Amino acid sequence: MKFDQERIKLQGSQQKIESNIILTIQDLHAGYGSREVLHGLSVSFSRGSITVLAGPNGCGKSTLLKTLTGLVPKSGGAIWINGKPIEQLSAVERARQVAYLPQQKRIPEMTVLAMALHGRFAHLSYPRRYRQKDIEAAREAIRLVGLAGQEECMLSELSGGTQQRVFLAMALAQDAPVILLDEPTSFLDISYQLQLMDLCRSLADSGKAVVMVLHDLPAALKYADKLAVLSEGRLAAAGTPVEVYESGVLDRVFGVKVKQVMDGEERVYYCL
Amino acid sequence: MKRDKRKDRFFILLSGTIAGCLFAALLSLCVGAVWLSPAELLSGADTMAGRIFRYARLPRTAACLLAGAGLAVSGAVIQGVLANRLASPGIIGVNAGAGLGVTVCCALGAVSGWAVAGSAFLGALVAVLAVALAAQRTGASRSAVILGGVAVNSFLTAVSEGITTLFPEVSMLIVDFRSGGFSGVSGSRLVPAAVLILLALLLVWTLSHELDLLSLGEEMAQGLGLSVRKVRTLFLALAALLAGASVSFAGLLGFVGLIIPNLVRRLTGGESRKLLPVCAFGGAAFVTLCDCAARVLFAPYEIPTGIVMSVIGAPFFIFLLFSGRTRD
Repeated sequence: MKFDQERIKLQGSQQKIESNIILTIQDLHAGYGSREVLHGLSVSFSRGSITVLAGPNGCGKSTLLKTLTGLVPKSGGAIWINGKPIEQLSAVERARQVAYLPQQKRIPEMTVLAMALHGRFAHLSYPRRYRQKDIEAAREAIRLVGLAGQEECMLSELSGGTQQRVFLAMALAQDAPVILLDEPTSFLDISYQLQLMDLCRSLADSGKAVVMVLHDLPAALKYADKLAVLSEGRLAAAGTPVEVYESGVLDRVFGVKVKQVMDGEERVYYCL
Repeated sequence: MKRDKRKDRFFILLSGTIAGCLFAALLSLCVGAVWLSPAELLSGADTMAGRIFRYARLPRTAACLLAGAGLAVSGAVIQGVLANRLASPGIIGVNAGAGLGVTVCCALGAVSGWAVAGSAFLGALVAVLAVALAAQRTGASRSAVILGGVAVNSFLTAVSEGITTLFPEVSMLIVDFRSGGFSGVSGSRLVPAAVLILLALLLVWTLSHELDLLSLGEEMAQGLGLSVRKVRTLFLALAALLAGASVSFAGLLGFVGLIIPNLVRRLTGGESRKLLPVCAFGGAAFVTLCDCAARVLFAPYEIPTGIVMSVIGAPFFIFLLFSGRTRD
Protein backbone atom coordinates (compact mmCIF):
# COMPACT_ATOMS: atom_id res chain seq x y z
CA MET A 1 0.00 0.00 0.00
CA LYS A 2 1.28 3.43 -0.85
CA PHE A 3 -0.04 6.17 1.35
CA ASP A 4 2.50 8.75 0.35
CA GLN A 5 0.45 10.03 -2.57
CA GLU A 6 -2.49 10.45 -0.26
CA ARG A 7 -0.63 12.53 2.25
CA ILE A 8 -2.80 15.38 3.34
CA LYS A 9 -1.43 18.83 2.72
CA LEU A 10 -1.50 21.27 5.58
CA GLN A 11 -3.84 24.11 4.77
CA GLY A 12 -5.05 27.58 5.82
CA SER A 13 -5.53 27.32 9.55
CA GLN A 14 -2.33 25.30 9.85
CA GLN A 15 -0.04 28.08 8.64
CA LYS A 16 0.51 29.29 12.20
CA ILE A 17 1.71 25.86 13.33
CA GLU A 18 3.93 25.57 10.25
CA SER A 19 5.88 28.70 11.16
CA ASN A 20 6.57 27.38 14.68
CA ILE A 21 8.34 24.25 13.50
CA ILE A 22 11.19 23.29 15.84
CA LEU A 23 11.96 19.75 14.77
CA THR A 24 12.01 18.55 11.19
CA ILE A 25 12.51 14.99 9.99
CA GLN A 26 13.24 14.39 6.32
CA ASP A 27 13.33 11.04 4.55
CA LEU A 28 14.48 9.30 7.74
CA HIS A 29 15.79 5.75 7.52
CA ALA A 30 16.60 4.03 10.81
CA GLY A 31 16.42 0.63 12.47
CA TYR A 32 18.10 -1.99 14.61
CA GLY A 33 21.18 -3.52 13.03
CA SER A 34 20.25 -4.84 9.61
CA ARG A 35 16.50 -4.54 10.28
CA GLU A 36 15.31 -1.17 8.97
CA VAL A 37 12.10 0.03 10.64
CA LEU A 38 11.72 3.55 9.25
CA HIS A 39 11.83 3.70 5.44
CA GLY A 40 11.94 7.35 4.48
CA LEU A 41 9.76 9.07 7.07
CA SER A 42 9.17 12.82 6.85
CA VAL A 43 7.30 14.77 9.54
CA SER A 44 7.71 17.94 11.56
CA PHE A 45 6.80 19.05 15.08
CA SER A 46 5.80 22.56 16.12
CA ARG A 47 5.99 24.63 19.27
CA GLY A 48 2.72 25.33 21.01
CA SER A 49 0.96 22.20 19.81
CA ILE A 50 0.41 18.56 20.68
CA THR A 51 1.45 16.20 17.91
CA VAL A 52 0.19 12.66 18.34
CA LEU A 53 1.91 9.79 16.57
CA ALA A 54 -0.51 6.96 15.83
CA GLY A 55 -0.20 3.74 13.90
CA PRO A 56 -0.45 -0.01 14.30
CA ASN A 57 2.12 -1.98 16.33
CA GLY A 58 5.51 -2.15 14.67
CA CYS A 59 4.91 0.88 12.42
CA GLY A 60 7.94 2.67 13.88
CA LYS A 61 6.46 5.17 16.35
CA SER A 62 8.74 4.26 19.25
CA THR A 63 11.68 3.81 16.90
CA LEU A 64 11.16 7.37 15.69
CA LEU A 65 11.34 8.71 19.26
CA LYS A 66 14.43 6.60 19.98
CA THR A 67 16.12 7.90 16.86
CA LEU A 68 15.42 11.47 17.99
CA THR A 69 17.10 10.63 21.31
CA GLY A 70 20.16 8.98 19.79
CA LEU A 71 19.24 5.50 21.04
CA VAL A 72 18.73 4.16 17.52
CA PRO A 73 21.20 5.27 14.83
CA LYS A 74 19.80 6.79 11.67
CA SER A 75 21.03 5.25 8.46
CA GLY A 76 19.75 7.93 6.11
CA GLY A 77 17.86 11.20 5.85
CA ALA A 78 18.08 14.25 8.08
CA ILE A 79 16.84 15.42 11.48
CA TRP A 80 16.95 19.14 12.24
CA ILE A 81 16.48 20.25 15.83
CA ASN A 82 16.00 23.99 16.21
CA GLY A 83 17.86 24.57 12.96
CA LYS A 84 20.78 22.24 13.69
CA PRO A 85 21.39 18.77 12.25
CA ILE A 86 21.14 16.18 15.05
CA GLU A 87 24.58 14.72 14.39
CA GLN A 88 26.17 18.06 15.28
CA LEU A 89 24.68 17.97 18.79
CA SER A 90 26.36 16.23 21.71
CA ALA A 91 24.22 14.11 24.03
CA VAL A 92 23.96 16.98 26.50
CA GLU A 93 23.18 19.61 23.82
CA ARG A 94 20.49 17.37 22.38
CA ALA A 95 18.97 16.79 25.83
CA ARG A 96 18.68 20.55 26.33
CA GLN A 97 16.46 20.66 23.22
CA VAL A 98 14.60 17.35 23.47
CA ALA A 99 13.28 15.63 26.60
CA TYR A 100 12.19 11.99 26.29
CA LEU A 101 10.09 9.74 28.49
CA PRO A 102 10.36 6.10 27.38
CA GLN A 103 7.51 3.68 27.81
CA GLN A 104 9.41 1.33 30.10
CA LYS A 105 10.67 2.85 33.30
CA ARG A 106 12.56 1.55 36.27
CA ILE A 107 11.45 2.67 39.70
CA PRO A 108 14.56 3.49 41.70
CA GLU A 109 14.80 4.03 45.46
CA MET A 110 14.89 7.81 45.21
CA THR A 111 12.89 10.75 46.44
CA VAL A 112 10.61 12.78 44.16
CA LEU A 113 12.97 15.77 44.43
CA ALA A 114 16.05 13.68 43.59
CA MET A 115 14.27 12.38 40.50
CA ALA A 116 13.26 15.86 39.34
CA LEU A 117 16.81 17.09 39.96
CA HIS A 118 18.14 14.36 37.64
CA GLY A 119 16.20 16.18 34.93
CA ARG A 120 18.74 18.98 35.33
CA PHE A 121 21.62 16.74 34.29
CA ALA A 122 22.03 18.29 30.84
CA HIS A 123 22.40 21.73 32.39
CA LEU A 124 25.23 20.81 34.76
CA SER A 125 28.90 20.46 33.99
CA TYR A 126 31.23 17.93 35.64
CA PRO A 127 31.23 17.19 38.59
CA ARG A 128 27.52 18.05 38.55
CA ARG A 129 26.82 20.06 41.65
CA TYR A 130 23.29 21.45 41.81
CA ARG A 131 23.01 25.22 41.82
CA GLN A 132 20.17 27.15 43.44
CA LYS A 133 18.47 27.60 40.06
CA ASP A 134 18.51 23.83 39.43
CA ILE A 135 16.77 23.21 42.73
CA GLU A 136 14.25 25.94 41.92
CA ALA A 137 13.61 24.48 38.45
CA ALA A 138 13.09 21.00 39.94
CA ARG A 139 10.68 22.31 42.59
CA GLU A 140 8.77 24.31 39.97
CA ALA A 141 8.45 21.18 37.81
CA ILE A 142 7.14 19.21 40.79
CA ARG A 143 4.61 21.97 41.48
CA LEU A 144 3.50 21.95 37.82
CA VAL A 145 2.63 18.25 37.93
CA GLY A 146 0.69 18.84 41.14
CA LEU A 147 3.03 17.14 43.60
CA ALA A 148 4.12 20.15 45.65
CA GLY A 149 4.72 19.08 49.24
CA GLN A 150 5.64 15.51 48.27
CA GLU A 151 9.26 16.30 47.33
CA GLU A 152 10.67 13.98 49.98
CA CYS A 153 8.41 10.98 49.30
CA MET A 154 10.14 7.88 47.99
CA LEU A 155 9.18 7.12 44.39
CA SER A 156 8.66 3.42 45.14
CA GLU A 157 6.00 4.26 47.71
CA LEU A 158 3.79 6.23 45.29
CA SER A 159 0.99 4.93 43.06
CA GLY A 160 1.61 4.21 39.38
CA GLY A 161 -0.17 7.39 38.30
CA THR A 162 1.82 9.54 40.69
CA GLN A 163 5.06 7.91 39.60
CA GLN A 164 4.19 8.83 36.03
CA ARG A 165 3.77 12.43 37.12
CA VAL A 166 7.17 12.33 38.80
CA PHE A 167 8.75 11.18 35.54
CA LEU A 168 6.93 14.00 33.79
CA ALA A 169 8.33 16.44 36.37
CA MET A 170 11.79 15.12 35.55
CA ALA A 171 11.21 15.82 31.85
CA LEU A 172 9.88 19.30 32.67
CA ALA A 173 12.88 20.13 34.83
CA GLN A 174 14.97 19.33 31.77
CA ASP A 175 13.56 22.58 30.38
CA ALA A 176 13.66 21.48 26.73
CA PRO A 177 11.38 23.01 24.08
CA VAL A 178 10.48 19.54 22.72
CA ILE A 179 8.99 16.80 24.93
CA LEU A 180 8.66 13.27 23.54
CA LEU A 181 6.31 10.94 25.43
CA ASP A 182 6.03 7.26 24.55
CA GLU A 183 2.62 5.96 25.66
CA PRO A 184 2.39 8.27 28.68
CA THR A 185 -1.08 7.04 29.63
CA SER A 186 -0.42 3.30 29.64
CA PHE A 187 -1.19 1.62 32.98
CA LEU A 188 -2.98 4.75 34.19
CA ASP A 189 -6.63 4.74 35.19
CA ILE A 190 -8.97 7.03 33.31
CA SER A 191 -8.93 10.03 35.68
CA TYR A 192 -5.11 10.10 35.66
CA GLN A 193 -5.18 9.85 31.87
CA LEU A 194 -7.39 12.92 31.69
CA GLN A 195 -5.22 14.85 34.16
CA LEU A 196 -2.13 13.97 32.17
CA MET A 197 -3.66 15.11 28.92
CA ASP A 198 -4.74 18.39 30.51
CA LEU A 199 -1.20 18.87 31.74
CA CYS A 200 0.15 18.24 28.24
CA ARG A 201 -2.30 20.79 26.90
CA SER A 202 -1.05 23.43 29.30
CA LEU A 203 2.56 22.58 28.38
CA ALA A 204 1.74 23.08 24.71
CA ASP A 205 -0.02 26.34 25.54
CA SER A 206 3.14 27.49 27.30
CA GLY A 207 5.00 27.10 23.99
CA LYS A 208 6.44 23.59 24.11
CA ALA A 209 6.27 21.11 21.28
CA VAL A 210 4.60 18.08 22.88
CA VAL A 211 4.96 14.87 20.85
CA MET A 212 3.35 11.69 22.10
CA VAL A 213 2.75 8.17 20.97
CA LEU A 214 -0.80 7.08 21.78
CA HIS A 215 -2.37 3.71 21.14
CA ASP A 216 -5.84 4.89 22.05
CA LEU A 217 -7.18 6.19 18.73
CA PRO A 218 -10.23 8.09 20.08
CA ALA A 219 -7.98 9.83 22.63
CA ALA A 220 -5.47 10.64 19.88
CA LEU A 221 -8.22 12.21 17.75
CA LYS A 222 -9.52 14.11 20.75
CA TYR A 223 -6.30 15.64 22.06
CA ALA A 224 -4.07 16.10 19.03
CA ASP A 225 -3.54 19.45 17.36
CA LYS A 226 -1.80 17.51 14.65
CA LEU A 227 -2.17 13.80 14.08
CA ALA A 228 0.61 11.96 12.27
CA VAL A 229 -0.37 8.45 11.17
CA LEU A 230 2.51 6.06 10.56
CA SER A 231 2.27 2.88 8.60
CA GLU A 232 5.07 0.45 7.80
CA GLY A 233 7.81 2.95 8.56
CA ARG A 234 6.36 5.80 6.53
CA LEU A 235 4.02 8.70 7.09
CA ALA A 236 0.56 7.69 5.91
CA ALA A 237 -1.13 10.97 6.71
CA ALA A 238 -0.65 14.11 8.77
CA GLY A 239 -2.99 16.95 9.56
CA THR A 240 -5.65 18.02 12.02
CA PRO A 241 -7.69 15.15 13.50
CA VAL A 242 -10.68 16.20 11.39
CA GLU A 243 -8.66 16.16 8.18
CA VAL A 244 -7.11 12.80 8.98
CA TYR A 245 -10.46 11.34 9.99
CA GLU A 246 -12.19 12.58 6.86
CA SER A 247 -9.49 11.20 4.58
CA GLY A 248 -10.44 7.69 5.70
CA VAL A 249 -6.80 6.75 6.12
CA LEU A 250 -7.33 5.55 9.69
CA ASP A 251 -9.75 2.86 8.56
CA ARG A 252 -7.25 1.56 6.04
CA VAL A 253 -4.17 1.70 8.26
CA PHE A 254 -5.74 0.19 11.38
CA GLY A 255 -8.23 -2.05 9.61
CA VAL A 256 -11.10 -0.82 11.79
CA LYS A 257 -14.06 1.50 11.31
CA VAL A 258 -13.58 4.87 13.01
CA LYS A 259 -16.83 6.78 13.59
CA GLN A 260 -17.61 10.21 14.93
CA VAL A 261 -20.65 11.60 16.71
CA MET A 262 -21.30 15.18 17.70
CA ASP A 263 -21.64 15.82 21.43
CA GLY A 264 -22.90 19.40 21.23
CA GLU A 265 -20.04 21.30 19.59
CA GLU A 266 -17.48 18.60 20.29
CA ARG A 267 -16.63 15.71 18.01
CA VAL A 268 -16.39 12.36 19.79
CA TYR A 269 -14.72 9.44 18.03
CA TYR A 270 -15.08 5.73 18.56
CA CYS A 271 -13.89 2.60 16.80
CA LEU A 272 -15.82 -0.42 15.58
CA MET B 1 10.51 18.09 58.50
CA LYS B 2 10.82 14.91 56.52
CA ARG B 3 13.70 16.33 54.57
CA ASP B 4 15.67 17.07 57.72
CA LYS B 5 15.02 13.61 59.08
CA ARG B 6 16.35 12.00 55.95
CA LYS B 7 19.41 14.23 55.86
CA ASP B 8 20.09 13.62 59.54
CA ARG B 9 19.77 9.92 58.97
CA PHE B 10 22.37 10.03 56.23
CA PHE B 11 24.83 11.98 58.38
CA ILE B 12 24.30 9.58 61.28
CA LEU B 13 24.97 6.67 58.95
CA LEU B 14 28.03 8.29 57.43
CA SER B 15 29.55 9.34 60.74
CA GLY B 16 28.67 5.94 62.18
CA THR B 17 30.53 4.07 59.46
CA ILE B 18 33.50 6.46 59.67
CA ALA B 19 33.64 5.90 63.43
CA GLY B 20 33.35 2.15 62.81
CA CYS B 21 36.26 2.41 60.40
CA LEU B 22 38.46 4.24 62.90
CA PHE B 23 37.60 1.78 65.67
CA ALA B 24 38.29 -1.19 63.39
CA ALA B 25 41.59 0.32 62.27
CA LEU B 26 42.73 0.92 65.86
CA LEU B 27 41.69 -2.59 66.86
CA SER B 28 43.49 -4.01 63.84
CA LEU B 29 46.69 -2.21 64.83
CA CYS B 30 46.50 -3.59 68.39
CA VAL B 31 45.38 -7.20 68.08
CA GLY B 32 47.14 -10.23 66.71
CA ALA B 33 49.60 -12.87 67.80
CA VAL B 34 51.22 -10.14 69.91
CA TRP B 35 48.95 -7.63 71.66
CA LEU B 36 50.09 -4.05 71.44
CA SER B 37 48.52 -1.28 73.50
CA PRO B 38 47.88 2.05 71.77
CA ALA B 39 50.69 3.53 73.89
CA GLU B 40 53.15 0.92 72.61
CA LEU B 41 52.13 1.69 69.04
CA LEU B 42 53.39 5.22 69.44
CA SER B 43 56.63 4.17 71.15
CA GLY B 44 60.02 4.47 69.48
CA ALA B 45 60.95 3.00 66.14
CA ASP B 46 63.51 0.44 67.28
CA THR B 47 61.50 -1.42 69.84
CA MET B 48 59.97 -4.73 68.93
CA ALA B 49 56.52 -3.15 69.14
CA GLY B 50 57.56 -0.36 66.79
CA ARG B 51 58.79 -2.85 64.19
CA ILE B 52 55.66 -4.98 64.39
CA PHE B 53 53.61 -1.81 64.03
CA ARG B 54 55.48 -0.56 60.98
CA TYR B 55 56.14 -3.75 59.04
CA ALA B 56 53.18 -5.92 59.94
CA ARG B 57 50.23 -4.13 61.45
CA LEU B 58 50.22 -0.86 59.51
CA PRO B 59 50.36 -2.40 56.00
CA ARG B 60 47.86 -5.04 57.00
CA THR B 61 45.39 -2.53 58.41
CA ALA B 62 45.74 -0.29 55.39
CA ALA B 63 45.23 -3.32 53.13
CA CYS B 64 42.02 -4.30 54.94
CA LEU B 65 40.59 -0.80 54.74
CA LEU B 66 41.46 -0.40 51.06
CA ALA B 67 40.23 -3.81 49.97
CA GLY B 68 36.98 -3.36 51.90
CA ALA B 69 36.28 0.06 50.40
CA GLY B 70 37.38 -0.98 46.91
CA LEU B 71 35.34 -4.17 46.73
CA ALA B 72 32.21 -2.67 48.31
CA VAL B 73 32.18 0.32 45.95
CA SER B 74 33.00 -1.93 42.99
CA GLY B 75 29.96 -4.02 43.91
CA ALA B 76 27.75 -0.93 44.22
CA VAL B 77 28.89 0.30 40.79
CA ILE B 78 28.38 -3.07 39.08
CA GLN B 79 24.93 -3.39 40.65
CA GLY B 80 24.03 0.09 39.42
CA VAL B 81 25.33 -0.38 35.89
CA LEU B 82 23.79 -3.82 35.38
CA ALA B 83 20.68 -2.75 37.32
CA ASN B 84 20.90 -6.00 39.21
CA ARG B 85 21.22 -6.38 42.94
CA LEU B 86 22.53 -9.93 42.58
CA ALA B 87 25.59 -8.76 40.72
CA SER B 88 28.93 -8.31 42.45
CA PRO B 89 32.59 -8.59 41.43
CA GLY B 90 32.80 -11.99 43.14
CA ILE B 91 29.78 -13.41 41.35
CA ILE B 92 30.11 -12.25 37.76
CA GLY B 93 33.78 -13.22 37.46
CA VAL B 94 35.50 -9.86 37.94
CA ASN B 95 37.47 -11.09 40.94
CA ALA B 96 38.23 -14.34 39.14
CA GLY B 97 39.52 -12.35 36.16
CA ALA B 98 41.77 -10.35 38.46
CA GLY B 99 42.91 -13.59 40.09
CA LEU B 100 43.81 -15.04 36.70
CA GLY B 101 45.71 -11.86 35.90
CA VAL B 102 47.72 -12.17 39.11
CA THR B 103 48.36 -15.89 38.57
CA VAL B 104 49.59 -15.39 35.01
CA CYS B 105 51.72 -12.45 36.11
CA CYS B 106 53.38 -14.49 38.88
CA ALA B 107 53.77 -17.55 36.63
CA LEU B 108 55.67 -15.35 34.18
CA GLY B 109 57.90 -14.28 37.02
CA ALA B 110 56.86 -10.65 37.31
CA VAL B 111 56.24 -9.96 40.98
CA SER B 112 56.63 -6.18 41.31
CA GLY B 113 53.68 -4.35 42.85
CA TRP B 114 52.78 -2.39 39.74
CA ALA B 115 52.97 -5.45 37.46
CA VAL B 116 50.70 -7.47 39.77
CA ALA B 117 48.20 -4.64 40.26
CA GLY B 118 48.18 -3.86 36.54
CA SER B 119 47.61 -7.43 35.42
CA ALA B 120 44.90 -7.86 38.07
CA PHE B 121 43.16 -4.80 36.63
CA LEU B 122 43.48 -6.13 33.07
CA GLY B 123 42.07 -9.51 34.06
CA ALA B 124 39.16 -7.89 35.88
CA LEU B 125 38.49 -5.56 32.96
CA VAL B 126 38.37 -8.38 30.42
CA ALA B 127 35.95 -10.32 32.64
CA VAL B 128 33.58 -7.42 33.31
CA LEU B 129 33.53 -6.25 29.70
CA ALA B 130 32.92 -9.79 28.45
CA VAL B 131 29.88 -10.13 30.69
CA ALA B 132 28.48 -6.63 30.22
CA LEU B 133 29.03 -6.32 26.47
CA ALA B 134 27.66 -9.78 25.74
CA ALA B 135 24.57 -8.83 27.74
CA GLN B 136 24.21 -5.54 25.89
CA ARG B 137 24.77 -7.01 22.43
CA THR B 138 22.25 -9.78 22.87
CA GLY B 139 19.78 -7.83 25.00
CA ALA B 140 20.00 -10.60 27.58
CA SER B 141 17.63 -10.57 30.53
CA ARG B 142 18.83 -9.59 33.97
CA SER B 143 19.05 -13.15 35.20
CA ALA B 144 20.90 -14.23 32.05
CA VAL B 145 23.58 -11.64 32.86
CA ILE B 146 24.12 -13.27 36.24
CA LEU B 147 24.15 -16.79 34.78
CA GLY B 148 26.64 -15.70 32.11
CA GLY B 149 28.77 -14.09 34.82
CA VAL B 150 28.75 -17.25 36.91
CA ALA B 151 29.91 -19.21 33.85
CA VAL B 152 32.70 -16.69 33.18
CA ASN B 153 33.61 -16.93 36.86
CA SER B 154 34.01 -20.70 36.88
CA PHE B 155 35.90 -20.66 33.56
CA LEU B 156 38.43 -18.11 34.80
CA THR B 157 38.81 -19.85 38.17
CA ALA B 158 39.45 -23.14 36.40
CA VAL B 159 42.15 -21.60 34.21
CA SER B 160 43.80 -20.05 37.28
CA GLU B 161 43.81 -23.37 39.10
CA GLY B 162 45.19 -25.12 36.03
CA ILE B 163 48.08 -22.68 35.95
CA THR B 164 48.71 -23.10 39.68
CA THR B 165 48.84 -26.88 39.22
CA LEU B 166 51.38 -26.58 36.43
CA PHE B 167 53.46 -23.91 38.19
CA PRO B 168 53.26 -24.85 41.90
CA GLU B 169 55.65 -22.05 42.89
CA VAL B 170 52.93 -19.51 41.99
CA SER B 171 50.79 -20.55 44.94
CA MET B 172 53.73 -19.82 47.22
CA LEU B 173 53.72 -16.23 46.03
CA ILE B 174 50.03 -15.80 46.64
CA VAL B 175 49.24 -16.71 50.22
CA ASP B 176 45.56 -17.18 51.11
CA PHE B 177 44.70 -16.30 47.54
CA ARG B 178 41.71 -18.50 46.96
CA SER B 179 39.71 -17.59 50.03
CA GLY B 180 41.17 -14.13 50.41
CA GLY B 181 43.28 -12.87 53.28
CA PHE B 182 45.88 -10.41 54.42
CA SER B 183 48.58 -12.45 56.15
CA GLY B 184 51.04 -11.98 53.29
CA VAL B 185 50.50 -8.28 52.62
CA SER B 186 53.65 -6.28 52.04
CA GLY B 187 54.17 -2.57 51.48
CA SER B 188 55.63 -3.03 48.01
CA ARG B 189 52.59 -4.96 46.85
CA LEU B 190 50.21 -2.57 48.53
CA VAL B 191 51.33 0.90 47.46
CA PRO B 192 50.56 0.69 43.72
CA ALA B 193 47.18 -0.90 44.41
CA ALA B 194 46.43 1.74 47.06
CA VAL B 195 47.10 4.56 44.61
CA LEU B 196 44.79 3.00 42.03
CA ILE B 197 42.02 2.31 44.54
CA LEU B 198 42.05 5.81 46.02
CA LEU B 199 42.01 7.46 42.60
CA ALA B 200 39.18 5.23 41.38
CA LEU B 201 37.13 5.84 44.56
CA LEU B 202 37.47 9.58 44.11
CA LEU B 203 36.51 9.43 40.45
CA VAL B 204 33.51 7.18 41.06
CA TRP B 205 32.28 9.51 43.77
CA THR B 206 32.39 12.55 41.46
CA LEU B 207 30.38 10.54 38.91
CA SER B 208 27.55 9.65 41.30
CA HIS B 209 24.90 11.51 39.26
CA GLU B 210 25.92 9.58 36.17
CA LEU B 211 25.56 6.31 38.08
CA ASP B 212 22.08 7.33 39.23
CA LEU B 213 21.06 8.12 35.68
CA LEU B 214 22.29 4.73 34.47
CA SER B 215 20.23 3.04 37.17
CA LEU B 216 17.12 4.67 35.64
CA GLY B 217 17.64 2.54 32.55
CA GLU B 218 19.44 3.10 29.27
CA GLU B 219 16.60 4.89 27.48
CA MET B 220 15.83 7.30 30.28
CA ALA B 221 19.51 8.08 30.87
CA GLN B 222 20.11 8.80 27.20
CA GLY B 223 17.03 11.05 27.11
CA LEU B 224 18.41 13.03 30.04
CA GLY B 225 21.62 13.72 28.16
CA LEU B 226 24.00 10.93 29.21
CA SER B 227 26.16 9.25 26.57
CA VAL B 228 25.12 5.88 27.90
CA ARG B 229 27.56 3.61 26.10
CA LYS B 230 30.64 5.65 26.94
CA VAL B 231 29.69 6.22 30.56
CA ARG B 232 28.72 2.59 31.12
CA THR B 233 32.07 1.41 29.81
CA LEU B 234 33.84 3.95 32.02
CA PHE B 235 32.00 2.67 35.10
CA LEU B 236 32.77 -0.94 34.29
CA ALA B 237 36.44 -0.02 33.89
CA LEU B 238 36.41 1.75 37.27
CA ALA B 239 34.66 -1.22 38.91
CA ALA B 240 37.30 -3.51 37.41
CA LEU B 241 40.05 -1.21 38.65
CA LEU B 242 38.67 -1.22 42.19
CA ALA B 243 38.11 -4.97 42.29
CA GLY B 244 41.31 -5.82 40.42
CA ALA B 245 43.54 -3.66 42.60
CA SER B 246 41.93 -5.10 45.75
CA VAL B 247 42.28 -8.70 44.58
CA SER B 248 45.93 -8.10 43.66
CA PHE B 249 46.90 -8.02 47.35
CA ALA B 250 43.87 -9.43 49.17
CA GLY B 251 43.00 -12.46 47.05
CA LEU B 252 39.51 -13.54 46.13
CA LEU B 253 37.47 -11.85 48.85
CA GLY B 254 34.07 -12.42 47.35
CA PHE B 255 31.41 -11.61 49.81
CA VAL B 256 31.99 -7.99 50.67
CA GLY B 257 31.10 -6.72 47.18
CA LEU B 258 27.67 -8.33 47.40
CA ILE B 259 26.64 -7.88 51.00
CA ILE B 260 27.77 -4.32 51.75
CA PRO B 261 26.07 -2.54 48.81
CA ASN B 262 22.85 -4.47 49.42
CA LEU B 263 22.91 -3.70 53.12
CA VAL B 264 23.76 -0.03 52.64
CA ARG B 265 21.13 0.42 49.93
CA ARG B 266 18.49 -0.56 52.48
CA LEU B 267 19.69 2.16 54.80
CA THR B 268 20.47 5.04 52.44
CA GLY B 269 18.16 4.39 49.49
CA GLY B 270 19.41 4.26 45.93
CA GLU B 271 21.02 7.68 45.54
CA SER B 272 24.68 7.07 44.73
CA ARG B 273 25.76 10.34 46.35
CA LYS B 274 24.80 8.78 49.68
CA LEU B 275 25.23 5.12 48.83
CA LEU B 276 28.85 5.23 47.66
CA PRO B 277 30.56 6.90 50.65
CA VAL B 278 28.64 4.77 53.16
CA CYS B 279 29.56 1.68 51.13
CA ALA B 280 33.23 2.67 51.12
CA PHE B 281 33.50 3.23 54.87
CA GLY B 282 31.17 0.35 55.74
CA GLY B 283 33.09 -2.08 53.52
CA ALA B 284 36.40 -0.95 54.99
CA ALA B 285 35.16 -1.39 58.57
CA PHE B 286 33.60 -4.78 57.82
CA VAL B 287 36.70 -6.29 56.21
CA THR B 288 38.99 -4.89 58.90
CA LEU B 289 36.87 -6.31 61.71
CA CYS B 290 36.71 -9.68 59.97
CA ASP B 291 40.49 -9.66 59.64
CA CYS B 292 40.86 -8.89 63.37
CA ALA B 293 38.65 -11.88 64.11
CA ALA B 294 40.68 -14.02 61.72
CA ARG B 295 43.84 -13.19 63.65
CA VAL B 296 42.44 -13.56 67.15
CA LEU B 297 39.94 -16.44 67.06
CA PHE B 298 42.49 -19.24 66.90
CA ALA B 299 45.64 -17.31 67.85
CA PRO B 300 48.48 -18.01 67.42
CA TYR B 301 47.05 -19.65 64.27
CA GLU B 302 45.42 -17.46 61.66
CA ILE B 303 42.58 -18.39 59.38
CA PRO B 304 42.07 -16.66 56.02
CA THR B 305 39.93 -13.53 56.37
CA GLY B 306 37.65 -14.60 53.52
CA ILE B 307 36.58 -17.63 55.52
CA VAL B 308 35.70 -15.54 58.59
CA MET B 309 33.86 -13.08 56.39
CA SER B 310 31.67 -15.75 54.84
CA VAL B 311 31.04 -17.52 58.16
CA ILE B 312 29.94 -14.29 59.86
CA GLY B 313 28.56 -12.48 56.84
CA ALA B 314 26.46 -15.10 55.13
CA PRO B 315 24.06 -15.84 58.03
CA PHE B 316 23.82 -12.12 58.78
CA PHE B 317 22.99 -11.42 55.16
CA ILE B 318 20.39 -14.17 55.00
CA PHE B 319 18.84 -12.83 58.19
CA LEU B 320 18.63 -9.34 56.68
CA LEU B 321 17.28 -10.62 53.42
CA PHE B 322 14.31 -12.32 55.00
CA SER B 323 13.69 -10.04 57.97
CA GLY B 324 12.97 -6.64 56.40
CA ARG B 325 10.26 -6.08 53.86
CA THR B 326 11.45 -7.17 50.45
CA ARG B 327 12.02 -4.43 47.93
CA ASP B 328 12.73 -4.43 44.23
